[in-house]
Amino acid sequence: MRRLYILCTLTVLITLLLAACGGSNTPAGTPGADGGSTPAPSSEGPKITLAEGEKLKVAFVYVAPIGDLGWTWAHDQARIAIQEEFGDRVEATYVENVPEGPESARVIRDFAQKGYHLIFTTSFGYMDPTVEVATEFPNTWFVHISGYKTAPNVSTVFGRMEIPRYLSGIVAGSATESNIIGYVAAFDIPEVVRGINAFTLGVRSVNPEAEVRVVYTSTWFGPPQEREAAQALLDQGADVIAQHQDTTEPQKAAAEAEALSIGYDSDMSGFVGDTVLTSPVWDWGVKYKEIVQQVLDGTYRSESYYGAEIVGLAPFSPQVDARIVSIVEEQDAAIRAGTADVFCGPINSNTGVLVVAEGKCLTDAELLSMDWYVEGVVGEAPAEAKEGMGEESSKVPARTISE
Amino acid sequence: MRLILEKRLDIDPRRTLAIRALALVLALVAGAILLLSVGVNPFATYWAMLVGALGDKSALGQTLLKAIPLMLTGLAVSVAFRMRFWNIGAEGQFAMGVFATSLVALFGPPALPWLPQALWLPLMMMASIVAGALWGLIPAALKAYRDVNEIIITLMLNYIAIGWLEYLFYGPWKNPEGFGFPGSAPFPPYTWLPMVAPDQLPRVHWGLIFALLATLILWFVMSRTRWGYEIRLLGENPNAARYAGISIVRNTLLIMVVSGGLAGLAGMVEIAGIAHRLQQGIMLGYGFTGIIVAWLARLNPWGVIGVAFALAVLLVGGNQIQISMGLPAAVALVLQGLLFFFVLGGDVFTQYRLRVVEEGKELA
Repeated sequence: MRRLYILCTLTVLITLLLAACGGSNTPAGTPGADGGSTPAPSSEGPKITLAEGEKLKVAFVYVAPIGDLGWTWAHDQARIAIQEEFGDRVEATYVENVPEGPESARVIRDFAQKGYHLIFTTSFGYMDPTVEVATEFPNTWFVHISGYKTAPNVSTVFGRMEIPRYLSGIVAGSATESNIIGYVAAFDIPEVVRGINAFTLGVRSVNPEAEVRVVYTSTWFGPPQEREAAQALLDQGADVIAQHQDTTEPQKAAAEAEALSIGYDSDMSGFVGDTVLTSPVWDWGVKYKEIVQQVLDGTYRSESYYGAEIVGLAPFSPQVDARIVSIVEEQDAAIRAGTADVFCGPINSNTGVLVVAEGKCLTDAELLSMDWYVEGVVGEAPAEAKEGMGEESSKVPARTISE
Repeated sequence: MRLILEKRLDIDPRRTLAIRALALVLALVAGAILLLSVGVNPFATYWAMLVGALGDKSALGQTLLKAIPLMLTGLAVSVAFRMRFWNIGAEGQFAMGVFATSLVALFGPPALPWLPQALWLPLMMMASIVAGALWGLIPAALKAYRDVNEIIITLMLNYIAIGWLEYLFYGPWKNPEGFGFPGSAPFPPYTWLPMVAPDQLPRVHWGLIFALLATLILWFVMSRTRWGYEIRLLGENPNAARYAGISIVRNTLLIMVVSGGLAGLAGMVEIAGIAHRLQQGIMLGYGFTGIIVAWLARLNPWGVIGVAFALAVLLVGGNQIQISMGLPAAVALVLQGLLFFFVLGGDVFTQYRLRVVEEGKELA
């Protein structure tokens, strides 16, 4: 097991390194510089052969109930989309409310034992259990979401959520009047910290006076805790509430206090109303359908996918100014075209350290392990900010596009 | 006319059994109504639960794996409840056991590399028992010397212990090679609890042996030794115990050493047997479920083993029907809730009986 762990870590490091090198070698302006798939160099992975009339059995392991209307709901929409797209050829089932950590290994193993061919594990805490079970079932495909470990039969998939996070920050920064924006977040892991930083960069690009206050709930799915955290931020004078949670509770708390909000995961305006200005959303269906198709064709290979195709912004509320919409659209286009990026210098930490110098942009490896806060975030980051991150890049900071 | 509950003078074991059986049947019937209302066949569902939890050796292994921590926390709670010390803190003592185990497994080998590798597991065990016992001694000492309510103290200490663990794996113990994600580095393989019989019972670790040994010892001590008699007497009639010269202070401290130590051991087998690293998801509430186990088992050590296993069947089986029957997680939770409601509710009638009292008449 120890050797396996080292092997996995090495594979990841190499993949990250390759991704980082690939990024710097790509000429500016090439579409798709953000993301795309990096096939794992080693083995070909499992080949699924189905008997005549046999269905490809696909399983999803969810951390919350699908009724959360957020993270898990978005994954389940993709599951439904797969079922609709492939019809009789695929059977897609799920188990919801599975706790992260060792307990999830039981559920994942169970699916593998029951002969499921392709298993999606959709929460960060499922990473080690997924890799553990994958070594026992080398002929089963596993796709883990939001982690960093891969194996010949384990892919890792995630999206560049920092892009819509940043864009939603522009909307929030131009909407606040108190210049205090609240951010309800689950855990201070890199994924969440990256989102907070991207959002804050967006906020400060249009409103350098505004600050972002973060409250952690220590749970992905905890409707009462999420609501309480939002309430605490509203009591401190926040008039816009953003979030990194699984449910719509922070948005509801904001709406009840007649405050505005930015959703997450799904288009939360549909569940809460116009006070939700927009929501950074996931569209897992695009990627999941592609994976299922490739597994059916026998062409799927283990990959570390970190792309922009599966993220976006939900339609804007009528309360958002047309001028802001055009700024957002302009910057979004520049980022997706590869001429601009979110984390390009100069960027200061909230402790006053110049982390990314002018002319440099953060690498994927630095994005994936982010543990410091940018200027404008109120709170203590998980680690101290260090100078001299990022590497030379021809991309410009997205915030300079609309100046 | 009104209904009153009247204490029974005799407690007939056959009646107790009959009441339990009836409660079980009623729970299954109520569950069946629920299942019919969501449009699935109740018999097929119950069968799927049984098969899912006991159907083959792998399923049985999963169920035993779930039962091990419940057995140990159930024992921990029952021994304290025996002398009416309401230890609601098995969860916290479990957490401190996890803490001590991780401390030894992560920092022991690098500090003392010349120590034989085989010694680390026994050391982790001892550390977890000592840590759980010490955490249990805090409310015990407050109760023994200052008569502070132990329910509140043990409950509050749980959250301190859980918060302490979270602080460690989010902060100073975070794996330096973990890309900033929370969780400690993995333990070295020689600190992993070996499996009992990997071929017959996949993944079931030595915690099962520890739990069975602990049961045997506890049963012997409680029913066959002078100290066990003192504890039982203190629980059933503290005044009589005091007149007999039994020390309440000494026994309060001792009982919490045993109770906390067992809960700490539960934490050790869980992390050294399954997780092999300190991370999110290690605290699943086994300490709290242990209270239900102890209560359903009537504080009897052998009963704890049986109830813990039955509960594990329910938990694992409940999870299985999500896959095999495509039912939402909430259905399994409601079925579990119904069972607790009827069985615990039915327990009232083993000690009390319902009597109809005519208006105007007083009790004889």
